[in-house]
Amino acid sequence: MSPLFTGRAGFALVIAAGVIVTIALPLIDGMFGLVQATVFIAMAVLALSLGFIWGFGGIMCFGQSAFFGLGGYAYAIAAIDFGGSSWAVLLAIAVPAAFAAMLGYFMFYGRISDAYMGVITLTVAVILYNVMNSTSGSQYHIGAAELGGFNGMPSVPPINLPGDPSAALSPLQFFILSMILLMAVYTGLRLLLASRFGRVLVAIRENETRAMLLGYDPRFYKLVAFAIGGGIAGLSGCLFTNWGGFISPTAFSLAQSAQIIIFVLLGGIGTLLGPIMGAVAIEYLITLTGTQHRFDANLILGVILLGFVLLVPQGVVPAIAAQLARVIPARRRAGASSQTVTAP
Amino acid sequence: MALLGLILFNIINGIAVLVLISIGLAVIYGMMRIINLAHGEFLMLGAYATVLSTNAGVNLWVSILIVSPIVVGLFGLLVERCIIRFLYGRLIDTMLATWGLSLFMIGGITTLFGTTVEGVSAPLGAFNIGPYHASLYSVFSIAVAAAMLGGVWSVLRFTKFGLIVRATMQNPPMAAALGVAPNRIYMLTFALGAALTGLAGGVLAPVAGVAPGMGAAYIAKAFITVIGGGAAIVTGSGLASALFGTIDQIVTFQTTPVIGQVALLIAAIIMIRILPQGITGRFFRRSL
Amino acid sequence: MVLTRRAILKSSAAVPLAAPFIGSAMAAAPIKVGSLVDLSGPLGTTGQPMLDALKIAVEAHNKAGGLLGRQIDLINYDTQSSIQLYSQYAQALALKDRVDVVLGGITSASREAIRPVFDRYKVLYFYNTFYEGGVCDRDIFCTGTTPAQTVQKLVSYATKTWGKKVYIIAADYNYGHITAKWMTKYTQDDGGTVMATEFFPLDVTNFNATISKIQSEKPDLILSALVGSNHTAFYRQWGAAGMSGKIPIASTTFGIVNEMATLQAKESNGIITAFGYYQELQTPASVAFVDAIHKQFGAGVPYIGEPAACTYEAFNLWAEAVKKSGTVTRMPVIKALDSGLSFDGPTGKVTIDPATQHCIRNVYLAKAVDKKWDVFKTFPNQTPSDTASVCNLIKHPNIDKQFVIDVKTKA
Repeated sequence: MSPLFTGRAGFALVIAAGVIVTIALPLIDGMFGLVQATVFIAMAVLALSLGFIWGFGGIMCFGQSAFFGLGGYAYAIAAIDFGGSSWAVLLAIAVPAAFAAMLGYFMFYGRISDAYMGVITLTVAVILYNVMNSTSGSQYHIGAAELGGFNGMPSVPPINLPGDPSAALSPLQFFILSMILLMAVYTGLRLLLASRFGRVLVAIRENETRAMLLGYDPRFYKLVAFAIGGGIAGLSGCLFTNWGGFISPTAFSLAQSAQIIIFVLLGGIGTLLGPIMGAVAIEYLITLTGTQHRFDANLILGVILLGFVLLVPQGVVPAIAAQLARVIPARRRAGASSQTVTAP
Repeated sequence: MALLGLILFNIINGIAVLVLISIGLAVIYGMMRIINLAHGEFLMLGAYATVLSTNAGVNLWVSILIVSPIVVGLFGLLVERCIIRFLYGRLIDTMLATWGLSLFMIGGITTLFGTTVEGVSAPLGAFNIGPYHASLYSVFSIAVAAAMLGGVWSVLRFTKFGLIVRATMQNPPMAAALGVAPNRIYMLTFALGAALTGLAGGVLAPVAGVAPGMGAAYIAKAFITVIGGGAAIVTGSGLASALFGTIDQIVTFQTTPVIGQVALLIAAIIMIRILPQGITGRFFRRSL
Repeated sequence: MVLTRRAILKSSAAVPLAAPFIGSAMAAAPIKVGSLVDLSGPLGTTGQPMLDALKIAVEAHNKAGGLLGRQIDLINYDTQSSIQLYSQYAQALALKDRVDVVLGGITSASREAIRPVFDRYKVLYFYNTFYEGGVCDRDIFCTGTTPAQTVQKLVSYATKTWGKKVYIIAADYNYGHITAKWMTKYTQDDGGTVMATEFFPLDVTNFNATISKIQSEKPDLILSALVGSNHTAFYRQWGAAGMSGKIPIASTTFGIVNEMATLQAKESNGIITAFGYYQELQTPASVAFVDAIHKQFGAGVPYIGEPAACTYEAFNLWAEAVKKSGTVTRMPVIKALDSGLSFDGPTGKVTIDPATQHCIRNVYLAKAVDKKWDVFKTFPNQTPSDTASVCNLIKHPNIDKQFVIDVKTKA
């Protein structure tokens, strides 16, 4: 991993960029720009969740959309039943985190290997998709919230100021909140990775047997990381549901799961900044392809992805970092990389 | 009694479909550890090859048994030469690339042929099991599935090519040291896997809804079957198909297709939990 | 609409290109009409003719001098069969393009995803696909048919013609479940019995178990609400098992993803459906409509069915309302539409029912004969009585939800 974005200076740079975006975007772009940026942010949070568990925990999860969808549904159900949004947001994080912990216990303590883990998580997402799809009709409800089957749950109440359900956030406020949450998740993960826990986690990713012989229980560390990833994905689902006022089973779909993987791969695995950039870039591209009418949208996306893999195989952020690193004196780099085991 | 026969026939047919959709993937994943996310689109391409060539006047059997595997096999060769060979040993990049490829194929087929194409109907007609009708074409697809399993097994077991492939799979540097070019073996294996998938797509074409996005309906099941099967390509996919196909068909007949599908998936999860290395990780370890 | 200098410059640059005869349109900014349908992905086949029909309607108005002396700009996005993109582009239409009206949505899920957006930003919205009924919202007009309009006709014809023992197969989502309930109710109303009802997830491709089950139950007829190209495999496997023509099939959905073009004649012959429109309809308005689309977009356009015809009529209904109210502002246009406005379109006479904001329209029964629909029965002026049983926007104008209609069936 190139050291450019590691270290305190790099971190400060990323956060500064985030703050600038938060302040500048509302000034230069209209309401639509903000609303659109908000969904990109929600996807960036989602990409971070997988970027963390995959890039640093070495956990291949092909069904991250399961936690994303659970978060979205938990928020929608709680917001409709409780009126206010504070509990709903907490539940949107807690429910997927708990579910991830359960699933993680089942997998890690069963000592299931990588590829099989991928298949299990994918299967779980497919099951949730099938089950949610078959909940149409008024007999399927939790409290006052009807699950709605394939049609999904429309008109979900938006986030409000704590304690006052009538004070719903405006699109501008919601954009700022989303940016703050994205930066908070990013910061939290960096701190976590710089901590003892993070170092052990990376050590396990590098060599599970060696870590085990040194007295660490890989199963426990992976389980905790997986649950944290589930919670973050749930938060993303909560943001997404708020953004559109809507959640449907497509949140669990195979296409959604695959998209998350692509965010991470394109941005660069083993980084935290990469998945964020990957998510924004892909979402932007997909949006763009629907506004042109000359070529099939899938065709364009496919060509771009293929081009990227062949030309920029290590992901965008590491590639840029490597380019920049050439310019920066080697001595500084050596100093920076020895400071920490974390990547951006 | 006749009903029992009919159900039994359906179970065998369900197993055959799983074998068809997973054997090509098993060859590519089992030999090369490449997760081909465009597998569903390879099936789609095979189905399109059959449909288009039949509509252009080629005999249906020729289309299914010859045109489809050749077209998709050549396409696989092209893909291997242009994309995959740069990415060996990089599991993640191949996933990204094959995902891009799958989008590209869906988009490309849509652009070339539109979203619908006139399909071909199943030939052969029906036969009777007591008072019930069953499709003779299903008998044909069962036969093809069996032949594919047997064929791959014989090639691996009895031919020099199979021996070299197995050696390359087990220890590429050693094989290379003995004068084998691993890259050529990989290329041929990938093309072989693609051709098998193409043949499967051709066989499915008359009984499926042929459309550019049809691959999505098969891919999850194919992956679960292959990974459930474990290391041995032929025995593994065969056994996993038998297990999952039986569960799916029996539960579907007893209850509903939703529960049938969920039962299949849960069975897969439980099986992986009990046998973390797949069926052939525990049993039949020395099989192929 | 606020006119900025830039908007005026832009429109005066665009209009001479669009319309060679420069009239009063020069002076005013164009009216903006938004379209949101899937043009790629699995639903692309359904969306393409909808957009084509809308283009025809807009162009006809522009050629005749526009609306209120203003030209009409059509802004369309390809939602790529993705629900997230529906939300995203709906916001773009509402906030960036600031359109005056939106036509679109195919699945109920897509409609439910964009309905809150248009409610929030106060944009008038027309949904033009047949669906399960029950939407009750002042900001939306549903111009397609609902089960009370089509299913009843279909079931009563089928049970009278073929027999009383019915086997129902349907797609496993809201539309399928609700339609299956209506099928059950109407079957029982006609003195028939439902032997079994089966639901299939949209990605099921293997129907052999069900085909065996149907054979062992021996029903007089099958009612199908299967949806999508995966489900097309049912008709294939049905044919492969030698069952085509042995047990008749009536369907509320057959044809929506171009099944007729995908299947061979012997697999589809004899299937009966009920819709608000068929392109084979030989009325002058229908012939002119189909000719116009084929002339402009070639004969390769996918089948022009109810959604395309309803989109065309929705735009014309809206245009009538704009003319009547003299503005494109939302509330006056809604009021004009709710005055019981009607339009003579390709499907026949269409009238807005103000209580539900659905359409009173003709319904047709047709039989598949050699890959064409033979329209053999017409039921004029059918009302959306299912939605009317739960929704009255005249009495309760502030509702915005989709009711799940409680269908009374015997156990």
